[in-house]
Amino acid sequence: MSQQQTKNCITLRGSAQILCEYLKFAINSVLFQRGLYPPETFKAEQQYGITLLLSEDPLIKDFLTNLLTQSEEWIVNKKVDKLSLIILNVATKEVLECWDFNVQYEDGDVALSKEKNETVSSKDLKKIKQEIRDVMLQIAATISYLPFLDCRCSFDVLVHARPDCDIPEKWAEAKPVEITNAQNVQLKSFSTSLNKMETVVSYKLTD
Amino acid sequence: MAQFNYLNELNSLATIDGPITRGPLQRWVKKSGAENMNPTLSTSKNISNANLSGINQSMHKLSVSANQSCNNSVLSANKTPTRADIRKNKKTPSKNKSPGRSTTPTPNKASKTPNKADRFIPSRSNTNYDLCHYMLTREEEKSDEPTLATEALSKALGETDQGRLLQYTCKAPAAPEGYQNRLRVVYSQAKVPSTVKNTSRYIPHSPDRILDAPDIVDDFYLNILDWSASNILAVALGNAVYLWNAGTGQIEELMCLEGNDPVCSVQWVQGSGSHLAVGLSSGVVELWDCEKIKRLRVMDGHSARVGSLAWNLYVVSSGSRDGNIVHHDVRQRDHNVATINAHTQEICNLKWSPDGKYLASGGNDNELNIWPLAQGHHYTQTQYLYSFRSHLAAVKGLAWCPWSNGILASGGGTADRTIRIWNVNTGANLSTVDTKSQVCSILWSSHYKELISGHGYANNQLVIWKYPSMARVADLTGHVARVLHLCLSPDGTSVLSAGADETLRLWKVFMLDPAKKKDPVDTKAAKSLLNMNSLIR
Repeated sequence: MSQQQTKNCITLRGSAQILCEYLKFAINSVLFQRGLYPPETFKAEQQYGITLLLSEDPLIKDFLTNLLTQSEEWIVNKKVDKLSLIILNVATKEVLECWDFNVQYEDGDVALSKEKNETVSSKDLKKIKQEIRDVMLQIAATISYLPFLDCRCSFDVLVHARPDCDIPEKWAEAKPVEITNAQNVQLKSFSTSLNKMETVVSYKLTD
Repeated sequence: MAQFNYLNELNSLATIDGPITRGPLQRWVKKSGAENMNPTLSTSKNISNANLSGINQSMHKLSVSANQSCNNSVLSANKTPTRADIRKNKKTPSKNKSPGRSTTPTPNKASKTPNKADRFIPSRSNTNYDLCHYMLTREEEKSDEPTLATEALSKALGETDQGRLLQYTCKAPAAPEGYQNRLRVVYSQAKVPSTVKNTSRYIPHSPDRILDAPDIVDDFYLNILDWSASNILAVALGNAVYLWNAGTGQIEELMCLEGNDPVCSVQWVQGSGSHLAVGLSSGVVELWDCEKIKRLRVMDGHSARVGSLAWNLYVVSSGSRDGNIVHHDVRQRDHNVATINAHTQEICNLKWSPDGKYLASGGNDNELNIWPLAQGHHYTQTQYLYSFRSHLAAVKGLAWCPWSNGILASGGGTADRTIRIWNVNTGANLSTVDTKSQVCSILWSSHYKELISGHGYANNQLVIWKYPSMARVADLTGHVARVLHLCLSPDGTSVLSAGADETLRLWKVFMLDPAKKKDPVDTKAAKSLLNMNSLIR
């Protein structure tokens, strides 16, 4: 998927694509694993060497495609710091769970970048996929400690952008969300050596 | 003052649990303790300060306060009587200890000197006052510069203040209306309602007998256990059917298929006949005479395995994985009376009502259909009377109430876990009870107003329910894998359960109370007479 000019060379654009592909699978995984939507609306797909499930719902697909194409642009231009997937109770609009995907920007391979006149990374794609797979497996394992979502739920994605970021059409400013009595769990992170992605889940702690 | 001393002593003796603060020597002890405590405390702080270069401000405050306390102790040291001062002056030059010095005063040694036996004297040379003081003051100088931690904190705070929070305005849809998170099963499985209603009768909680059932197929969709009115139990284990005479304990092998395909269902003819219908993986239904151990007929009609069978006089209805029900008239050459496209998925169970008017079919498509046998239509009716769609999983447990006309109990699989009682005369769902576990099979007792159900994960138990209150009467545990099938003995006193743990367990749970024995036997006799009448018709 990533744009590889030569072997072991990832451009900024390619790195953003890797991140967005990860986001697509991670968000779908969360939707499936947390039982937000009926399991029969998901289709299995092989990715990162494991089987992951993607929603077949056209509206969810549309939403994620639009979100991620825009996010990719932002990541290339280093405008985004964080994406938050929030899970809401449909009836009360209460935020029950929040998945933070923190994006950090790194320098990549400085020597190679000079040579190519472009910021690139020389990290092995296989290694990156291995790291992403580890995160995916952790996401799947989270249901063992996350509380049960016993209500009709919906989800939304909030983008934490830099202040100089323009608001494109169909986008609006949102209010920050907060979870009462939140508990945070940091999952593994992966890096393309141009971008580093941290995944944190915070959930409402019920006694 | 002497009288006060005496009073003080009395007081100090009287307060046993209080701190020992009184008495003339206590002041010295306290002072020497204070002298010792503070420097060592500050030293440890200094060491930690020296080791950790990047420390936050709170640590600075601590070190400052430690410094102050150190100063205090110095002050208090100044206040000590001349003896202590002398001691201090003596020890100051010893700061640069030479290795050759043999008598380094340690607190212990000092306390051991005979004239001050009850005093604790710290070693001033070991506490390195100069170093402590230097470290403390040095940190104070540095404290004006922001540390790494505070920098990071201010950066993080600044960023969240400045950043923009954006959202895409075309939202993703919420979960469909009425959708229930299926993980509920995972989260609530272990919570079994503990209220077990007391009953007046004794229910043995362990099986009466345990029979081995090697190679039993652990398949929820099969029906491989049936107990005939002539007290012979037919059970299919793998590709063979065995007959166990419950009276004599004899075991006979009725048939054994070639190949590895399992036998999928067995069902005895009504009454005390010796005919057994056997459903096979190939989709055929075989009819066997069990007295002569002879196959009488082979009836086709299905394209997939026959997992359920039900007799209604001379008609055997078979349900298959292809979702069809076929009524076979065993008397006619052309046995296939009717084929009904009943379910979209595998049929899990079929049961004719005791009066032969309704056929209930439960499917893997979560539906429970009731098929009427209208007078004159002769099994050709292919439209269901009711289709109950309340179950959220495969409907395998099915049983008609033996004493009340048109009452049906049905149980759902893992995602559903409920037992529902239906009245097919009105189409009403009379009651629903969440069993917290997969319902694999249900039976009604013929002696008591009770039901028994077999369950899977987590406890693999049998549960006896009171009807119509649906209160739990007893939990029978023993199986180590799910209870696949249940059948009632012909005398109605025992229940045989087949578990996936390759055992058959016999539970004598419906034994009659000797005092009340007479009455139920009479009704039973009357019932069998009724059965006879229906057979004669």
